[in-house]
Amino acid sequence: MSLDLSTAPESVYDRLEPLLPRVRKPVQYVGGERNATVTPWEDADVHWALCYPDAYEVGLPNQGLMILYEVLNERPDALAERTYAVWPDLAALMREHGVPQFTVDAHRPVAAFDVLGVSFATELGYTNLLEILDLAGVPLHAADRSAEHPLVLAGGHAAFNPEPIADFVDLVALGDGEEVVGDITDVVRAAKAEGLSRHETLERLAGVPGVYVPALYAVDYHDDGSIAAVRPTSPAAPERIHKRTTSDLDDWPYPKKPLVPMAETVHERMSVEIFRGCTRGCRFCQAGMITRPVRERSKQGVSEMVESGLAASGYSEVGLLSLSSADHSEIGEIAKGLADRYEGTGTGLSLPSTRVDAFNVDLAEELTRSGRRSGLTFAPEGGSERLRRVINKMVSEEELIATVATAYEHGWRQVKLYFMCGLPTETDEDVLQIAAMAHEVVRTGRKAAGRGDVRATVSIGAFVPKPHTPFQWAAQTAPEVVDDRLRKLREAINSDRSLGRNVGLRYHDGQPSLIEGLLSRGDRRVGRVIEAVWRDGGHFDGWSEYFSFERWETAAAQQLPSQGVDLFWFTTRERDEHEVLPWDHLDSGLDRGWLWDDWQDALDSREQDDCRWTPCFDCGVCPQMGTEIQIGPTAGEMAPGRMLPLTPVETRTSTPVHNPRLSGAGGATGQDPR
Amino acid sequence: MSYKGEAAHPSAPTVAKVRMRFAKRGRARFSSHRDVARAMEWALRRAGVPVSLSQGFSPHPRLSWIGASPTGAASEAEFVEIGLTVDLDPAAVAREVGAVLPEGLVVLDVVRSGPGALADRIDGSSWRIELPGVAPADLGDAVAALLDSDVVEVERMTKNGPRTLDVRSALVSLVVEDPPAEPSRDAVDDVTDAHDERHPNDEATGDDTRTTRPSADTAVRSGAEPTRGTRDTDRRTHARSAVCGTLSAVVRHTTPAVRPDDVVSALRIVAGLEPPVPVRSTRTAQGRLDDDGALLDPLEADRDPIGR
Repeated sequence: MSLDLSTAPESVYDRLEPLLPRVRKPVQYVGGERNATVTPWEDADVHWALCYPDAYEVGLPNQGLMILYEVLNERPDALAERTYAVWPDLAALMREHGVPQFTVDAHRPVAAFDVLGVSFATELGYTNLLEILDLAGVPLHAADRSAEHPLVLAGGHAAFNPEPIADFVDLVALGDGEEVVGDITDVVRAAKAEGLSRHETLERLAGVPGVYVPALYAVDYHDDGSIAAVRPTSPAAPERIHKRTTSDLDDWPYPKKPLVPMAETVHERMSVEIFRGCTRGCRFCQAGMITRPVRERSKQGVSEMVESGLAASGYSEVGLLSLSSADHSEIGEIAKGLADRYEGTGTGLSLPSTRVDAFNVDLAEELTRSGRRSGLTFAPEGGSERLRRVINKMVSEEELIATVATAYEHGWRQVKLYFMCGLPTETDEDVLQIAAMAHEVVRTGRKAAGRGDVRATVSIGAFVPKPHTPFQWAAQTAPEVVDDRLRKLREAINSDRSLGRNVGLRYHDGQPSLIEGLLSRGDRRVGRVIEAVWRDGGHFDGWSEYFSFERWETAAAQQLPSQGVDLFWFTTRERDEHEVLPWDHLDSGLDRGWLWDDWQDALDSREQDDCRWTPCFDCGVCPQMGTEIQIGPTAGEMAPGRMLPLTPVETRTSTPVHNPRLSGAGGATGQDPR
Repeated sequence: MSYKGEAAHPSAPTVAKVRMRFAKRGRARFSSHRDVARAMEWALRRAGVPVSLSQGFSPHPRLSWIGASPTGAASEAEFVEIGLTVDLDPAAVAREVGAVLPEGLVVLDVVRSGPGALADRIDGSSWRIELPGVAPADLGDAVAALLDSDVVEVERMTKNGPRTLDVRSALVSLVVEDPPAEPSRDAVDDVTDAHDERHPNDEATGDDTRTTRPSADTAVRSGAEPTRGTRDTDRRTHARSAVCGTLSAVVRHTTPAVRPDDVVSALRIVAGLEPPVPVRSTRTAQGRLDDDGALLDPLEADRDPIGR
């Protein structure tokens, strides 16, 4: 924390600018996004640097960061700026010219902020955290930091097992961030005012619900390398840390004004989170488990966010986001309402996550009325019916084929199918059934479309067991096995040349997944591996052109055996019921006994129902969190047609935004001439 | 509802067009043409301008871009033509769009499109090129050497591979500004740039190769031996302290277009001029070259002689 309250840190932009003509895509470093906020330094007591530890093009559209940026900047006592990982070309120049890690908003040095909040969507961002800390001039190890340094806070889904980065972060926030960032701000402001030491500040922060301070806990190990106990070393540290849950999304209509960058980014659309949480219970899905319960945004809330977000951004695509968007209890009305409202305005609607069994073509028609009809994506995840029961993804092949047939009849020409390989209990035969399914999709598609040029793309990812899921005890499948099964699958797909040539197969080799597995289920001993990899030049591990399996393998071989474990101990080893898991003291709301029972059900190929529609099966989230499933219908239902109290259809033009100050030259619009 | 490749609801037709001149200033100079195009499309939607859309399942706004300046270069003279589904007052368009553009993009002029193609009224550009750390006297010598050459070829990576350009033949004029000189548009004679009117998406991969990379991408191909001017030692010594030489260049648009970086590369070739830091370039005007090498405002012909 910066103790010097009076002086604003100087912008580094003048020193950065001469470097920019020498790097790739310089525009990503200049900031100036529409709807960005720059608050005078002196106007805030608590200064947040929010970081997405990947390239700007990936990090800028991140919803979580954008939400917290707005929430914090709306507070009178706080300011928030953003910082992203810089590519190696600029990083080298910054080191050469002494330019530190900076925010893109006011180009202030990151080290000057009180809190550096880092959002981890994936564990593969850990090396970038170290690179960012180093470029910022912040000591890598939390133990080496003093009052002058920012508090380094980790959040996001990967933070549900932060143990591998426990040495590098001061704080971890579990669960939804909207409210906890305010609580942290309150504590930091008070700590600065009272002149608390760094340790006193951390102890006080440990009292904030949802905040975990790794330095206040010690880990004991058994001789076999497993964990004996994780115990608090300070009376201020609770035995267990419970995740935060934002209960009513309609109270948090963020982002209100999405950031619109000059630079090209991976998602250029107005995204609205239509619900949070998922009760489908897919056993591999960490996001679905740790974000329970389901909380729906009302359709009124959705339409208002779309309306104001489009006006503030100018985007021509609306993304309705969630873990399984077609599951919203009012999705049909939402999609029809939006399609009606924006027809003819060049505004596309998309539902990025849609399940086969929740999909219907009427819904897809609404989504493509004013947008494109390129491809439909389904995720059966498992190749065989048996395997889909193991993972609790309840889709029958008949359902899938029927849906695909309807889609082809209605003009789609391409279907994408997502699967995982290396799932628990999986055999070669399970994977080979993917080929049979892909062939059937093409055969059915040709018949339904009445033409031969239909296409099915099969995309396969290697399964990585994740903490806080029923598969947290599972052995990860060795990369050689995964690679071998995928080779056999390719042969099977091509065994029928006529069908096979219309099937595309995409997969990555299994090695990166093994490292993801190490970082996902690792404990504090893995921190040394991460540091060794970074010191050897490793970063941007989510990018195949930067990821080096050899580097990770070497670092693991150097750092782990002296600590009594190795790479395979963390990955391909099955855990037993009573082993203390590194994240057991971090409470995602799920009852450990329920997770174990669900793991046993998986091994017996027994399915679990979706509790959104069926009776509670006691996963533990709702009673413990004091929350409940929140689904429609929207309270205070409005009259039909009044849901979107917006521009009447008759006066529609090609723009989604009505601007009365734009008078038609000949009174052509009939709109409020001035 | 219709299926199978037909747009269910075609958008409204184009009933009018406007032409806009806008500037790309400050940090916006680091944006590529594609970046600017997207930013303009979104700004038009924020402003509620009823831009007409192409037909089909992937409708895109009907914007025609002319001779976009390269990534890294600022500009006071970028042009775009916008199709509208409603005939709007150009002044209102200028005001409303100007109010919502991102920092660094500034609307300078909007006129209702008259007859003829805008591209036919643009065949040259004028540039101001600032070379920090280069003394004006050194610059003068190098300019003289360049202008004395018949052909000065430089090589540049384009998306189609390395291309050789003759900078000298594209140069209409090249003048060293007086040290404190305000870069004036009048001082410049004429310029040309290849005018292309494609949709920005057509050049998805073109930006990287267009990025200003002073030492790597440009290489000596041929041309005059490097010559060092030796005219005026005193003047040069004096100029060292001024630390920034400024050029005004007028360039005829060729294919590919000769850019400020190419001019600097040509100076390196003919005179061994090595700017110690990246140069800063600003396009000051675009238009049709007249017989005297001056640029005519391409929007002048669209202005209503009675009204505005």
